[in-house]
Order: sequence, then C-alpha cells, then structure tokens
Amino acid sequence: MDFQVVVLAGGVSKKLIPLVSKELPNALLPVANRQLLSYVVELLELNNLKDLIVVVEGQDAALNVGAWISGAYADRLHVEVAAVPEDVGTAGAIRAIARHLYAKDILIVSGDLVSDVPIGAVAATHRRHDAVVTALLCNSPISGPLESVSSGGKDKTKKPGRYDLIGLDPTKQFLLHIATGAEVEKDLRIQKSILRAVGQIEIRADLMDAHLYAFKRSVLLEVLDQKCEFNSLKHDVLPYLVRSQLKSEVLLNGTPQAEENGTEKGISQKNQQMLSQILANASEPTFHVRHALGTNGSDSVRRTHKCCVYIAGSGKYCTRLNSIQAYNDINRDVIGEASHLSGYSFSAHNNIIHPTAELGAKTTVGPHCMLGEGSQMGDKCSVKRSVIGRHCRIGANVKVVNSVVMNHVTIGDFCSIQGSVICSNVQLQERAILKDCQVGAGFVVTAGSECKGEVLAKK
Amino acid sequence: MGAPKKSAARVSEDHDELVRVPLQAILLADSFTTKFRPITLERPKVLLPLVNVPMINYTLTWLESAGVEEVFVFCCAHAKQVINYLEKSEWFSQPNFTVTTIESQNSVSAGDALRVIYERNVIQGDFVLISGDTVSNMSLTQALLEHKERKKRDSNAVMTMVIKRSKTNPAIRQSRLGTDEIFMAIDPNTKQLLSYEDKADYSKGTLHLENSLLADNPSLSLHHDKQDCYIDICSPEVLTLFTDNFDYQHLRRHFVKGLLVDDIMGYKIFVHEIRSDYAARVDNFRSYATVSKDIIHRWTYPLVPDVMNFGNTATKLERQGIYRGSEISQSQSAVVGPFSVIGSGTKVGQNTNILNSIVGGDCKIGSNVHIEGCYIWDNVTIEDGCELRHSIVCDGVIMKSGSVLEPGAVLSFKVIVGQAFVVPSYSQVSLLQQPIEEDSDEELEYADSTSVITSTVDKSEGEFASESLDAHFNPASELGFGGVGYVWPKCEGEEEWRHSVAPITEDKILEAVKAIEHELELIHDGNTLPPSGELIPNSNDSDDDDNDDSRDDFDKEVEATFLRAVHENIQDVHLTLEINSLKLSYNKITADCAGALFYAMMKYAVDMPHSSADSLIQNVNVILTKWKKVLKSYLNDMDEQIEVILKFEEMCLESAKEFAPLFTKILHYLYNEDIVEEDAILSWEDEKKDADESDKVFVNQAQKLIQWLKEAPEEDDDEEE
Repeated sequence: MDFQVVVLAGGVSKKLIPLVSKELPNALLPVANRQLLSYVVELLELNNLKDLIVVVEGQDAALNVGAWISGAYADRLHVEVAAVPEDVGTAGAIRAIARHLYAKDILIVSGDLVSDVPIGAVAATHRRHDAVVTALLCNSPISGPLESVSSGGKDKTKKPGRYDLIGLDPTKQFLLHIATGAEVEKDLRIQKSILRAVGQIEIRADLMDAHLYAFKRSVLLEVLDQKCEFNSLKHDVLPYLVRSQLKSEVLLNGTPQAEENGTEKGISQKNQQMLSQILANASEPTFHVRHALGTNGSDSVRRTHKCCVYIAGSGKYCTRLNSIQAYNDINRDVIGEASHLSGYSFSAHNNIIHPTAELGAKTTVGPHCMLGEGSQMGDKCSVKRSVIGRHCRIGANVKVVNSVVMNHVTIGDFCSIQGSVICSNVQLQERAILKDCQVGAGFVVTAGSECKGEVLAKK
Repeated sequence: MGAPKKSAARVSEDHDELVRVPLQAILLADSFTTKFRPITLERPKVLLPLVNVPMINYTLTWLESAGVEEVFVFCCAHAKQVINYLEKSEWFSQPNFTVTTIESQNSVSAGDALRVIYERNVIQGDFVLISGDTVSNMSLTQALLEHKERKKRDSNAVMTMVIKRSKTNPAIRQSRLGTDEIFMAIDPNTKQLLSYEDKADYSKGTLHLENSLLADNPSLSLHHDKQDCYIDICSPEVLTLFTDNFDYQHLRRHFVKGLLVDDIMGYKIFVHEIRSDYAARVDNFRSYATVSKDIIHRWTYPLVPDVMNFGNTATKLERQGIYRGSEISQSQSAVVGPFSVIGSGTKVGQNTNILNSIVGGDCKIGSNVHIEGCYIWDNVTIEDGCELRHSIVCDGVIMKSGSVLEPGAVLSFKVIVGQAFVVPSYSQVSLLQQPIEEDSDEELEYADSTSVITSTVDKSEGEFASESLDAHFNPASELGFGGVGYVWPKCEGEEEWRHSVAPITEDKILEAVKAIEHELELIHDGNTLPPSGELIPNSNDSDDDDNDDSRDDFDKEVEATFLRAVHENIQDVHLTLEINSLKLSYNKITADCAGALFYAMMKYAVDMPHSSADSLIQNVNVILTKWKKVLKSYLNDMDEQIEVILKFEEMCLESAKEFAPLFTKILHYLYNEDIVEEDAILSWEDEKKDADESDKVFVNQAQKLIQWLKEAPEEDDDEEE
C-alpha cells in the first residue's frame, strides 16, 4: 500500500462543549445516530484505503475511541489508534507518530469531516502531478460558524461564510496562494514572483480548505523536522509549502532527487538550450517547469515543487463538524439533503423510524426525521427535521423541531424543543420549553422552565 | 398608471437613440514622454514612419474603419508639423469622417490635453481616447456595446479599457514590447478593474490588495499576463473628472489609479479583452521594432503596406514577405531577405545584403553593404562597405563608406557618420545637443523643452543642418572624419537594452531572470523567520518602516527649520513655536524634539567651517550659547536630557565622527551650561551598564567626568549636613 492514511480524530474539542466530554470525545459524537468518525472511516473504506492510523488527543479519549473502533471495524480494516498529548496541534500530532509512517505518500484527514468526495481522486491528482501536497477544497458552507443557531429556512439567505482565501492558477490545478484564519480579514498579499511566473491567479473566497491533504512523506517530515515552530498543518505547513513552491527549500537536502522530482529529471541542460527553450515556448510546460528552467545553467537548476488542489464538485457534500452550528447543520443535512451519507434507507415518508420505535396516537414524524431503536413517543407528538436517538422516552404533546436528541433521553409531556441539542441521559421535565439550547449529558431540566439560546450542563 | 409611464420612458430612450451623437474620438498626437528622443526633437512622434507610413495614419485608418465619425486630434509638441501634414493628407476631405485639430502649446500631459478639450466643449457623448501611436485592427462594436450596456445599468461605469493577453512566457512578456510590467486585478464575472499597478509603485515582492476588494465578490483574478492597449472608451464624465482633479496628469498613473482608490465617488472602470484582434502601442524603440515586424507579418491586416497607400506609389507584396515599392533599382548580386520592405525609388548596390529590415523611399545604398534588422527611413545614403545592425536611421542620414552601426544605435535626422567610424551600441546621435534642463519628471519636461526647440526647428527647417554644420562642427567631430552630429551621453544605462531595437542579449535575459530570483530570495528571508510561517509579521515590518520614515522626516524638518532660523535670524520664540507645531503634526513627544533639535545644532556646528578640534568646540559653544534657550525649553525632564545624550552618542558613532574624541569635553560643557543635569548623565551611565562593550565606548570615555560627578554631590551633601 503506498498511501498511508492518518485520521486526526482530535480529542475533546472546546468548541463542541457541552456536547462532548472525556467519555464522549469528538470522534464518538453521534451524528444521525452514528459515530462521527465512522463517516470518515467508511468514506476511506469506500475508496479502498484500509490502512489507517487514528490519532486521538488524550489518553482517555484514545482508549474510548480504540474500544469502539476495534468493536466496529476489527474485521474489515487495519486500524491503529495512537494517543498524543493534548494541544500539540496537527503538526505536533504528525511529529509524534512520524516513526509509524513509511509509505511514499501520506493522506491526512481530519476526523470531523463528513463528506462524499472521492478521496481516491484526490490521491490520483496528487500522484499525477507528483505534488508535494494536494489539498481538498470544497465550497464554503452557507451558514457561518459564528452566527447563533438559526432555523433552516433563514440560512439560504445568508452569504457564504469566508474561511480561506485561495489562489489558483487558470487551470485550477495548482494552489498558488492561501490565507487562512485571521489572515482572511487582512489585506491580500500576493507574491509577485509567483504571479509573474503563472501570469494569472484567480483568488477565490468561496472555497474552503477541507483539511484533507495528501503529503509527500519525505517532504512533510522534513518540514516538520526543520521548522519545529510549526504547529498546525493548515496554518503553518501548507502556507509555507505554497509560498516556497517556486524556490523550494524542502527537497534540497537529504532525500534523493530522482525519487522526488520526476518532472525535473533531464532538465538540467546547458545554458543555451534552456534559453532557446524559454524563448521558443514551443510546448506549454507548466509554470513550475518553466520557472525551473529559467535560470543560469551554471547554478543548480532552480528547485520547484508543486502544490495541487482537488476541488470537490458543487454536488458533493463536504463539511467539517467543528462547531455546534455545524453539528446542527450536519445532522439536518445527513437526514435531509445529503441523506445518502447516512447509510440508512429512508421510508416512503422520507424518514427513518426504527421498527422497534413506538409512536403514540396522532403522533406525526415528518420527513427528514430519524427515530432511533427502542424509542417511545406518547400521543399527539410532532417531530420535524430532527434526529431522536435510541431508547428515548418521550411523553405526550411534545414538539421537536430542528433538533438533535441523543440516546436515553427522557422528555416529559408538553415539552417543546426547537433548534436544540439534547445530549444523552438528559431528563426534561414536563412543559420545559427549549429554543436554541445545548443541554449537556445527564442534565435535568426542571418542569416548566423556559430557555432560549442557553447552554445547560452539569457543573 | 405604471404602464404608460414606462412606455413614455421607453419612447424617450428611443428618442435618445435617434438623436444619438456621432461616435467621437480624441487622438492625442503627443505622447508626453521622451522615449523617442532624439528623433522627437525634430519631428513629432506621430509622424514618424512605421513601415514607411507615418504612425498617425494607422490610428486614423483604424478609427475610420471602426465606425468613429469625428476625431479631434490634439497637437502639442510640433503642432504645426502635425497640422501641416494633416492638411496635405486626405484626412480632411473624407466623407463621413471629420478630423479636427486642437492645438495647445502649454499642455504638458494627457491630463492637460483633456482639460483643454473639455474647455472646447466639443465632446457630446461616449468617445474613444487613443494616442496617435496606436496600431490596431480590433472591432470596436462589441466593446462599445458592452460599455453602453454597463453605462445604462450603472452610471458610474465611466471607462472601458481595452486589454490584450500578452505572451504566456514570463521571460518575453515584457521584453516583447519593452513595456513595464503591469499587475491587474479584475473581477472575472463583471470584468471590472479592481486594481492597476505598474512600475511606478513597484516596490516590494508582494502585491498588496485591500481586503475590501474581496468583500463583494467571491473571486477575483490577478493578471500579469495582460497588456494594456491604451485604447479607452470613455464616457463624457471622464473629461469632467480631469477638470475636477487638476492634478491628474498621466492617464494610467493618476486617472485610473485615482478612480480605483477613490471609493467616495464610486466610479468604475471595466476592461474589454480582445483575443484575436491586434492592438499595440508604439511606446519605445523596442515596440517600434516589434510593431513594425507585426505589420510586415500581416498581424495587423488590413493595416499592411500593400493595402494602405497614402499618396505613395503602390507597394507590392512578393513571396517570403518581401514588400517592394516601385522604381527600385536593385543590383543582380544584391540580396533582399525575407520579411523586408524596400521603399520606392531606392537604389541598392552590388553584393549588398538586406535582411529583416525596412528601407524607406529614395535611399541610395552602395555596394557590399550589410543591413540587418534596421529601420532606415527616406533619403538615406549609405556608401560602400557599411555595416548596419539593429539600428534606426532617420531621413537624410549619410553613412560614409566603411562606417558601422552597432546594435541599438539611433541616428536622428541628417546626421553624417564619418568614414569608417564605428557608432557604438545604444548610442543616440543627433544634430541637436541634448537639452540640458533634465527635469526628473519626464512628462513635464518633454513639452517644455520641445516647445522651445520646435519654434527654432520649424523656422529654420531647411537651413538648419548646414547652419549648424558651420557653427558647431569641424571635420573631425564626434562622428569621425567628415561626420556631423552629437553623440548624446547615455543617461539611463541600465534600461537601454530593454527599450532599444537591438535584440536582447542572452546575458541580459539571464540578468533579468536573476534579478527576479534575487527578489524571490528576499521575500523568503523575510518570511522564513516568523515562527508561524504566516505573513502577518511582514505587515508589522512595514508598520515599523513607516514609523522610522516619519521619524526621519521629523528630524529633517526640525533640522531645516533650525537652519532657517540661523540663516534668517528668527527669534527664539518663533523657532520654538515652529518646532512645537512640527511636534504636533508628527505626533511626537518632547524628547523627540529635544533630540532632533540637538542633532540639528551639532550638525550645524560640524558643517560650519572649522580647522581643528578646538575650533569645532568653539563652534559648538557659539551655537549652544545662542540657541540654549530654545533647546532648554524641551529639556524639562530627565528623559529628554538622556535622549540628548543618546543622540549625541549616536552622532559620534555615525554621522559626525569628528565629535567622537571630543565627547567628554562637550558633555562637560553641556553640564556646565545646565543643558544636561548630573542625574541625567548618571542615569545614562546606569542605562549603559549592561550594554555590550562596543556600546560603552563613550561611557568609558566619560568615566572621569562621571566619577567627578559622583563625588561632587557627596561633597554637597556633606556641606549641607
């Protein structure tokens, strides 16, 4: 196997509290009643990538994730779970497991990716261009992460959020500029040398780095080794490689060149020939090759390396679960617009009601809803666009709209839940009204309480 | 009610269409630059022959074919010549095509020209703005339609610029036409121009775009591979804008950038890209050569020599791209290579080779002459055995036998090259001397000096050559025996290869490529340092730079103010006032004032004549005594006094090393004069305690004084007790 896959499953993300805890790390968060990590793992499996290293932050979280994986996938996949200390960053995580990496190319996926993009195509792009890094880009999701939880209808009117500024060449194959994080809000600074070499750069604000990268192993490890201050793949390593692509520093030492730069082989010719090639402009070599040629022959050939992109088609689903807003959106999408991701088969009413679930009289479950195994609902309930987990007990006259209810939740009569997330083992006493709330695991919402936009969790 | 109103509006629109004004054009018959000197000292650029036809004919022919009905030719430099030429030509008598000249003697830029035209009040609708040195065969219909559509939707869309894709290869992108590189940012959907950067603000290795540009559009494309054709379709508002902003001079540098930067008025500029059509401007000698070749290669069809005839006798195209006029006498043994032009009435002698060259009418070329890549105009005499490579030879030049032109040479009108003389590469030769008044601002200079020279040339056109011959030249002149003409000293040596007609040598290409690479390295040095690898620290750097700059400016201002005070005997009080106002405008603290003022005084002391160290001290004494009051008004605090000492130390180290040996003496003097107090000196020493040895030079030098100061206060204390 010449692609090794590293899944960065994270640990307990601060952004997702109170939904996650040490017992329930990010990776195991239920999305449409499946563990979050299963979406990535099964996507990889679908692309015939079965050799995985799952990196989890924190020892406890790692144990939990490991236990789940060995139960779920032991027969099908070869998965190793590695624990790294918390807060080492993505670059640190790769450093920590560097000695386990041996394949020529490494595919690094964030464990919170929910997508149906053909990863094989990303890998193929990487190989075809012999790139040092290939990044998956997708359209920016419509709703921004900073906005508070809002109802589904409103989202359509919002402008796409702005996550990254990405510069592409006219053929949309190469990554020429990337600004992420705080840089997005600043003025744009483009290296003139790259613009000169390429001629035209298209700057896109509507694309997002999906945090799925194919790296050349030797390059990745060398960069991580030399630049020990680099902390994040997305914010440090990728921008560094993009910036230095016309004056590569990564391939100079150590690794043999023949393996690395297939395209540049046989290029080191005499001065004269190179000039004639520049001026003849006969064939249209990529700008990398052209740039590599355009130097004095007495010096060493200019080093270039390629940073490629694979842009997911607009029909593809590709989102990261990295905020509570995203958690709501993804749950909604997985049982709604992107229902093929869930792996369930939908009923004629466009919803999924487990055969063991029990519904009371005059209770309606609308389309794009899910009702888990063994859950019971009383009379005259209404569920719209929501996910309800396993073994929940729901009383009569309860309304659940645009919400996620996890497992073993008890909901009293006349409760109303809208746009909220209710974690496992929560008890909602009767007539509780929740709107845009997150209720942490095991919390008890007292009878008649009315909350709006609050976070309720055990201290 | 709504419906009839609508239809009424439509009727009025149609009405507008019916009385629509004829399509007008403004042709600037003056480029307001000096790139074609020395030739343009004697003849305006638009009348220079491009493949044996004066340039302005290409522009006018295109305007006529593109459907323009009324052209205003703006003449400035050599206006008389342009007008005379147009009067003699057929342009004034064309049906459906009126040519009107507008003459102005005191315009120095395109901006001035447009202001003059605005005053004439002749432009009624959209117009084409073009300079008289543009060769194009593009169809205007599409661009005009787009412009009108946009204008209807958004009245702020005032201009459409025509651009063209240049070569894909970065190595020849600029060198082809010898133009400066342009960075453009364009909205790919609306084709709105968002940013335009040319060499004038070419500074750092990064292109800086404001974040707000991306606020409305999800994408924008940055271009380095586009070439500006200098054909603009403008709305009448453009003229108003030039009138309102009287500092707009250059069309691109001021006007376009001004509009792009100004977000209050919200005027927008759009681009129209032509793909298969031809458009280029003859901007310098290199583009002169390139465009000439393009014409011979028929890229500009129908603007090619055998189709365009302006009173000349017919030119015929033979195979291999050889164009021949009539009545040519060519020796059997002479060879004319492919892609050459020979004008009517020219005689070519035996064993002469003419390769890739354009030869004008009525030339006499002797035998055994080698001409390669040259542009030879009319009535040129080339005697036997000459060798000409990649040069421009103007009307009436005589090359005596055996003389040689090396690549890049330019011979202006009626120059005579002496026997067997070798004109070196890139030399410019003219009968006129190089104008002396070299203003740094090239645009302003051009019209000024030429308007003076024009008059003399116009007056004495005929006799001029003979007159100057008698007056200034002896037989063994700068151009060899029998030569006539001045070889102009080279001014901008670095760039001449870029603009000249000579092919660019390989080492120059490599040099240019290396320069770019060097720049690349610089960027990297800057960027690899920050730990996170982000570009943010860069921006901090630039901020720091700004601060430094403003500080330098402040110091300079204070120094200038002080010197003025010294020379004009300004009172102390007034000087203090002026420095205070500087302090406020530069947002400085008192310590900065003290430092800057002290620096100015000491600098003045050094600059005053002095023979020895003692007289220098004497100078210092004089100045300090005189201006002590002003200085002391900034020295209320100990920090400010320390600043003065530090400044002095810095001066001794860097700008005025003469003070170095006198440091202690002057410091003592400052102490005696109560300019610095002992606490300041002591805390200065204290501050330096942990510094490097190299920084402590002066502390050590002043150790005696410090020792003495330290002992003295104890005594004081004792006395008090």
